[in-house]
Amino acid sequence: MSTLARIGREAFRYTPLLLIALAWETVSRLELVSTTALPPLSEVIAAWIDMLKSGELQNNGAASFYRGVSGLVLAIGIGAVLGIGMAWWKTANILLSPLVEIFYPLPKSALIPVTVIWLGFGDGSKILLIFLGCMLPVTIGAFNGARASEQVLVWSARSMGASKLRMLWDVVVPGAMPELLNGIRTALALSFILLVSSELIVAQKGFGYLIGYLGANGNYDAMYAVVLTVAFLGFAADRIYLVITKRVLAWRE
Amino acid sequence: MPSQAQIVVDNVSHMYRPARGRAVLALEQISLEVREREFVALLGPSGCGKSTLLYLIGGFLPVETGAILVDGKPVTAPGPDRGIVFQHFALFPWKTVRGNVLYGLERQGMPKEEREKRAQEFIELVGLHGFEDSYPSQLSGGMKQRAALARTLAFDPKILLMDEPFGALDAQTRGLMQRELLAIWQRTPKTVIFVTHDVQEAVYLADRVAVMSARPGRIKTIVDTKFDKTDPHIHKAKAFVDKVDELWDLVREEAIKAQGKRS
Repeated sequence: MSTLARIGREAFRYTPLLLIALAWETVSRLELVSTTALPPLSEVIAAWIDMLKSGELQNNGAASFYRGVSGLVLAIGIGAVLGIGMAWWKTANILLSPLVEIFYPLPKSALIPVTVIWLGFGDGSKILLIFLGCMLPVTIGAFNGARASEQVLVWSARSMGASKLRMLWDVVVPGAMPELLNGIRTALALSFILLVSSELIVAQKGFGYLIGYLGANGNYDAMYAVVLTVAFLGFAADRIYLVITKRVLAWRE
Repeated sequence: MPSQAQIVVDNVSHMYRPARGRAVLALEQISLEVREREFVALLGPSGCGKSTLLYLIGGFLPVETGAILVDGKPVTAPGPDRGIVFQHFALFPWKTVRGNVLYGLERQGMPKEEREKRAQEFIELVGLHGFEDSYPSQLSGGMKQRAALARTLAFDPKILLMDEPFGALDAQTRGLMQRELLAIWQRTPKTVIFVTHDVQEAVYLADRVAVMSARPGRIKTIVDTKFDKTDPHIHKAKAFVDKVDELWDLVREEAIKAQGKRS
């Protein structure tokens, strides 16, 4: 199938979204619902363009991007090391697994006030929150993946002269990759949730702050524009992530 | 005077301790000597501990009772002097055929150009030319085992440990691989310890066959099986057929014992 045909078919898959957009515009224009609750989509788009022109969207977006990426990178790096460590060193497992078990079911948004007390209203508290919230899915993915590493592969590498540490990097890490990448996908989705909710509650910039601020001032078309932007970015991030995953795991066929 | 043998297994016993359940004596007082460039088969019913013995020589399992010496030195860990080929290939699934064959050479610290050349040489030796960039998941069972063989031969271990390497292949591929293994072995002589439960395979490939008893595994007897391997009709020769029958009788007894213990 040609690339063009594939793009065409993908676009077709999303026609229900187009229908919703049309319905939105129609019910709002006909004033079947209050236009303050649901301003027409065309006005939302106009507000979106205005915010792009003024740079409001980009400025707040940059702040959110910085926080999200920092928290996520920390979560992936530290989470993966912890997970693989727990799978390979009994002591690490004994020390850490009770913490993981207790912390995992905790709704991380409950930590928003805590992180603010610790690190204030700025970037630090958001980064910490995203880091804490996103780390465990990564840890658990890495742990499960590393624990399932095949004995004969480990032995093969060792018999070819790989040191234990080298073997960990060459055999255990790539073997854990499918599960690890799944964990990171969950973390990616969580990072959006935590980012926006923490910015909604306490922040002076960011997408979440913008949504809260615009809503409080009755600027609903602009508020919807930001909500849709965040929704689209979350969707796009997931799609891009899937493409990368597929490429990294090309060997699986 | 130094011993003639390259591999000395001296009075080795081994307890297998599963995560759950009772410990089982897997090997009992095994003694075996293998000379340099000799091809020895370990033959026995499944569960007799023949693979365990191979893993002990490989250094993958700790020697707890008795001693195993390779070139006079006790085995304590795996090392590139002892290459291993497993029944289920154990190729790195995230590496291509070339990547797999290169791996051992990288670990030996061979310069890039040299190892590229050597990898190519061994990929061609096992007949995988044209599949250098394929991933293991894209290969048939026979091709996977060729790749695994190339990977192990490429880093030139003195000793080749083979754990039922053709056990997962269909009969035709298996026959073909047996002939190729012999051809390769005659060109680059190595000491080979070959685990199998296939009597004909053992007689055909090995210089000597060590017949193992059912659990706990002991070496019941060692039989000389030197035949002219270049003879294409060796399988039909009377001496060969008689030898296979003789070994079949020995193994059958053990297989029946093993069955009895299980039920």
